[in-house]
Amino acid sequence: MNQSVNLGEAAMSATESRTDILQVEDLVIDFALDNALFNRQFMRAVNGVSFDIRAGEALAIVGESGSGKSTCARALTRLYPPTAGKLKLNGKDINDTAEPMSQSELAKQVQMIFQDPFGSLNPVHTIRHHLYRPIKIHLPHLKGDALETYMLEMLEKVGLTPAKQTADKYPHELSGGQRQRVAIARAVATGAKFILADEPISMLDVSIRLGILNLMADMKEEGIGFLYITHDIATARYFAERTAVMYVGHMVEWGESDSVTQKPRHPYTQLLLSAVPEVGRKRGSEKRDPKSGGQIPLWKPDSKGCPFVSRCPKAIGRCSVEMPDVTQVAPDHFVRCFEVN
Amino acid sequence: MSEPLLKIRNLCVDYVTESGNARAVNNVSLDIFPGETVGLAGESGCGKSTLAFAIANLHSAPALITGGEILFEGQDVLKMSDEELRGFRWAKASMVFQSAMNALNPVITIGEQLVDVVLAHEEVSLEQAKKRAMENLELVGIHPSRMNSYPHQLSGGMRQRVVIAIALILRPKLIIMDEPTTALDVVVERDIMDQLYELKEEFGFAILFISHDLGLMGEITDRIGVMYAGKMVELGATDELMSDPKHPYTRGLLKSFPTIFGPKERLEGIPGNPLNLLDVPDGCYFQARCSLCSEICVSKMPDLIQVESSSKRLVSCHFAEAGAAE
Repeated sequence: MNQSVNLGEAAMSATESRTDILQVEDLVIDFALDNALFNRQFMRAVNGVSFDIRAGEALAIVGESGSGKSTCARALTRLYPPTAGKLKLNGKDINDTAEPMSQSELAKQVQMIFQDPFGSLNPVHTIRHHLYRPIKIHLPHLKGDALETYMLEMLEKVGLTPAKQTADKYPHELSGGQRQRVAIARAVATGAKFILADEPISMLDVSIRLGILNLMADMKEEGIGFLYITHDIATARYFAERTAVMYVGHMVEWGESDSVTQKPRHPYTQLLLSAVPEVGRKRGSEKRDPKSGGQIPLWKPDSKGCPFVSRCPKAIGRCSVEMPDVTQVAPDHFVRCFEVN
Repeated sequence: MSEPLLKIRNLCVDYVTESGNARAVNNVSLDIFPGETVGLAGESGCGKSTLAFAIANLHSAPALITGGEILFEGQDVLKMSDEELRGFRWAKASMVFQSAMNALNPVITIGEQLVDVVLAHEEVSLEQAKKRAMENLELVGIHPSRMNSYPHQLSGGMRQRVVIAIALILRPKLIIMDEPTTALDVVVERDIMDQLYELKEEFGFAILFISHDLGLMGEITDRIGVMYAGKMVELGATDELMSDPKHPYTRGLLKSFPTIFGPKERLEGIPGNPLNLLDVPDGCYFQARCSLCSEICVSKMPDLIQVESSSKRLVSCHFAEAGAAE
């Protein structure tokens, strides 16, 4: 695992010290593939991933389905225990067994927004109920009128006006975009400093998506840090200051969003960007490498080399034996590829 | 120009609900010529999928066609008998749906599903049908040894390829694709679209491509129709429409997608929410979300008419010319 130690240091070096920070260091997560008593088979969903999210900033994780991006977010809310590595909130390990952090202490600061706004709200309760619960749990000093005022304030903050009428509604009376706003209101109501947004706009209407992204951008101004998980690299560039590209559980390229998207150095990032449809570009203007459509490998704990080797047009012999070290290509832009070394 | 393959004239489709009729497709006319790719864009609920279902006469209650006609090679699809419809569906016009997981039967192998299509439409032996099935799988880039696989054994991209193979197997003249790649990753989407285009060049079918992704549509279509609240609001050649949109809604849609290249700026998209079809206003349906809205928009519904500056563009807006300068 010495390579990933390098990775951790490289990521750290670009980090300025701030007060509020969510850090992931060398995160490894294995999932069992069977229930065997002996010789149980595992797959490595996340391998040696390190990043940090600063207050008031967004980090986007971009990748295909199965790249491990959602698993990273779920580990941060303790939905999955890490196999190795540390997850730190303001310097304190959230999985520390000696000095355990309570779930409510974690939930007060780290909240999640899910992809499906239809599945994340309880259909038999009003919007008021959905917002009351986290406020009552995390801000117990608010009671009666103060509670109601605070709740209405939250709804207004996310643009659900008139707030009083919205609070009395049930989820089925709201559109997808409005429901996602309720989910955001619920997340910020606890006073959370970090929001993990797992594909928050991919199920919404095209004309509504920007509204939600802009709302989250306004929340950033108030000092909330976002982990924005998406497969849409264009919105990553739009919303997030920094972008990390993941492939089969590995971070292959990361750094300042504009640098990563405008000057991609890793062949996988280049492939992702060449696949993005763009108005005005004509079909068939460039011929793609037939190898690029290859299958995504199943990563095991004993797998070696670069995960992208089977689809990489620039692969050399070394690539299937060892994972490249981290190369710094710009002040805040890192790549793991021999091609760049 | 040759005769259109498909002629839709003043089509209206209503959904009957307890609180009244919602007109999901409102007086839409559209031609598709042989070998042409036409895109239909718009947000969910704008009627683009309802239109696709109506073309194949697949709509069922509570949807009701209340007006208009759909002529395929001169024959009205809506007046066909069940027997004629069986000959029309799939053999002449086939469909590819968004979710390949639901389009394939999970308990039958993909080979059988391909063979079934051939046997249902043509008088051929089982052996011949199997041979055809294998050839078609190979066309979409799946090895024929996969004939005996069940849908759950294939990845999402491969399943979508199988669905395309099934749509192609009878060599229809028109394929209706309803968000064919929305559930897929960008790289897989790109591969499938490239392959589809090679097949199109080989077999010369026409495509009605329904999507909300204007970027993808801009790359592959010849003409684009933009729908809002059941009405066609703009129709024109892809290049022209993309570079010089005339309807405020089209402009808003184009501005709703952050781009990968070019300047990074805060985009505003389209304010407000989609129209409730049970409560439509007088005048233009887009009035509540439009920045150009004025008195005439509130009182009079604009017709879909040709704009002066372009011979082929139809726009339904009182300010089609004025707004372009905005």
